Amino acid sequence: MTATLETQAPRRRRLGRLSESRNGLGFLFMLPAAIFLLFFLTYPLGLGVWLGFTDTKIGRPGIFVGLENYQWLFDDPVFWLAVFNTIFYTAFASIAKFALGLWLALLLNRHLPFKNFFRAIILLPWVVPTVLSAMAFWWIFDSQFSIISWTLMQLGIINQPINFLGDPWNARWSVIAANIWRGIPFVAISLLAGLQTIPQSLNEAAAIDGATSWQRFTKVTLPLLTPIIAVVMTFSVLFTFTDFQLIYVLTRGGPVNATHLMATLSFQRAIPGGQLGEGAAIAVAMIPFLLAAILFSFFGLQRRRWQQGND
Amino acid sequence: MASVTIDGVRKSYGSHEVLHGVDIGIEEGEFVVLVGPSGCGKSTLLRMLAGLEHITAGRILIGGRVVNDLPPKDRDIAMVFQNYALYPHLTVAENMGFSLKLAGASRAAIAEKVRPAAEILGLAHLLDRYPRMLSGGQRQRVAMGRAIVRDPQVFLFDEPLSNLDAKLRVTMRTEIKNLHQRLRTTTVYVTHDQIEAMTMADKIVVMHDGRVEQVGAPLELYDRPANLFVAGFIGSPAMSMIRGTLAPDGSFAAADGTRLPLADTGRARAGQPLVYGVRPEAMRLGGSVPLTVEVTEPTGAETHVVGRMGGTPITGVFRDRISVAPGGTLDIAIDPAAVHLFDAEGGQRLTA
Repeated sequence: MTATLETQAPRRRRLGRLSESRNGLGFLFMLPAAIFLLFFLTYPLGLGVWLGFTDTKIGRPGIFVGLENYQWLFDDPVFWLAVFNTIFYTAFASIAKFALGLWLALLLNRHLPFKNFFRAIILLPWVVPTVLSAMAFWWIFDSQFSIISWTLMQLGIINQPINFLGDPWNARWSVIAANIWRGIPFVAISLLAGLQTIPQSLNEAAAIDGATSWQRFTKVTLPLLTPIIAVVMTFSVLFTFTDFQLIYVLTRGGPVNATHLMATLSFQRAIPGGQLGEGAAIAVAMIPFLLAAILFSFFGLQRRRWQQGND
Repeated sequence: MASVTIDGVRKSYGSHEVLHGVDIGIEEGEFVVLVGPSGCGKSTLLRMLAGLEHITAGRILIGGRVVNDLPPKDRDIAMVFQNYALYPHLTVAENMGFSLKLAGASRAAIAEKVRPAAEILGLAHLLDRYPRMLSGGQRQRVAMGRAIVRDPQVFLFDEPLSNLDAKLRVTMRTEIKNLHQRLRTTTVYVTHDQIEAMTMADKIVVMHDGRVEQVGAPLELYDRPANLFVAGFIGSPAMSMIRGTLAPDGSFAAADGTRLPLADTGRARAGQPLVYGVRPEAMRLGGSVPLTVEVTEPTGAETHVVGRMGGTPITGVFRDRISVAPGGTLDIAIDPAAVHLFDAEGGQRLTA
């Protein structure tokens, strides 16, 4: 009886000390998040990297093969086509999403009638599940029943339907268009939030100081918006670079791999193709690009000198 | 420098009219303060002067030129905002020189203008700082510096001191007045603080509910308020106001029967409901009017007495040191010549 009491007491004291020390308490509070990250982030990532160094196939554990997968990919023109497609897709879609999103944000920042209605509507593309909107685009881009082809034919501009998803370049631009449509709300709403943090009086002061509306935009609004642009565009680039759903529903990477992104190619080779090791290697090959984007944002996000100090 | 004329100006937001025909004449070099409670339309009027709000009806002239349809930049005015509106991404020097840079001035020309303005305001050592690194008072000075550099026809100030603490407000008040005496630029200054208005203005415009209540020099407004609103708004502590009627003997009978002295009944008629206005400092100890004391507030030089006279809460300011227990009574003399008589219904002044 007394013995058990004696063994329990120090343990309780140790726990008590842990909960009273600042670092100990911090460690306790971080533990759930740390475990979560370890299991759901670090482990899958680590497993992916490891698989990239093996020749694992579905249903058969592989052995360590070193850089063989990467050597193979280095000589694979389809892989390089996917790299090109991904960069092309990300660059054009991101630039367009930024330009159109900023333009929309500026429009919505004005005193429009039904402002809240428009702000709600603009979120729609983002709220609709990607697969669903991809299906809609699939119809819009259909080789026979496309509404775009139909309208243009009715207007007499073309006399046969456009083969949107059947021609390599048409397909590339088509999937980019669908991605832009889907990605604009995120950019527009985030930038709108940023615009609303800029006091109206700054624009008024600039107007009195003699700035034209273009000068007010370039010399006041844009510089004050740069920190938010950096965050938003980093996320936008990351989302676009790793896009999978839209492509997989619309084209599955076709025609003749013209729209295969690294993500879709990785899946294609790993799951339907069964080459888990090779698929993992393609996925790992995305890491340097993503890292570059994150580093870019890290330096872009650093507080500028004018942001330091108090409000 | 230029004169400013505001001629029958109205402002509506949809069907809701907020300014109901305002006429104000401002002389060249004058320091005019628009004062009134919040929502009286003073800031709206200033923003219309600046060109930031559309003028629904009437005309605004700056230097004899109608500016109704001119954009802000062509009105040759400079404005200091309540929140200073400094560009956070520009240094003090860049903030002050922003208008010149937009106008395409050379770097040397900008520096030539910015430096003396910074020296006037004691900002010379802060020119490379960003606004966030400055204190409230320094930001206020930068905002003024930005206005000075433009060398405008008219300075507009929109409640520039309301974000500062009480002590700094007094200092900046003096600084702004000093600056005006030095530059002699026509100035329109908006505030809700009647002390600011009294201490700085050449001319005060008291506004209420979208109308001008009275225009005049500070002491003119203090000594001869045209109506109950101005009487109550100007002066701190506020004028005491006691309701009642004329007594047959020519004195004033408060609602509870207390008799108060009158020198002049003006246009007051027997039986008309009246308001008897008396400034706190027009009362002296040693008379026949009873004042029931509720609170005494010694401030050192003076003693403020809050209590009831003729059944009405009033405030008196005495040079004497008074120690009366709450509920006690003081016998007060009121200088009959300093009494203001108002019509209780229309609120108009009845004495000369």
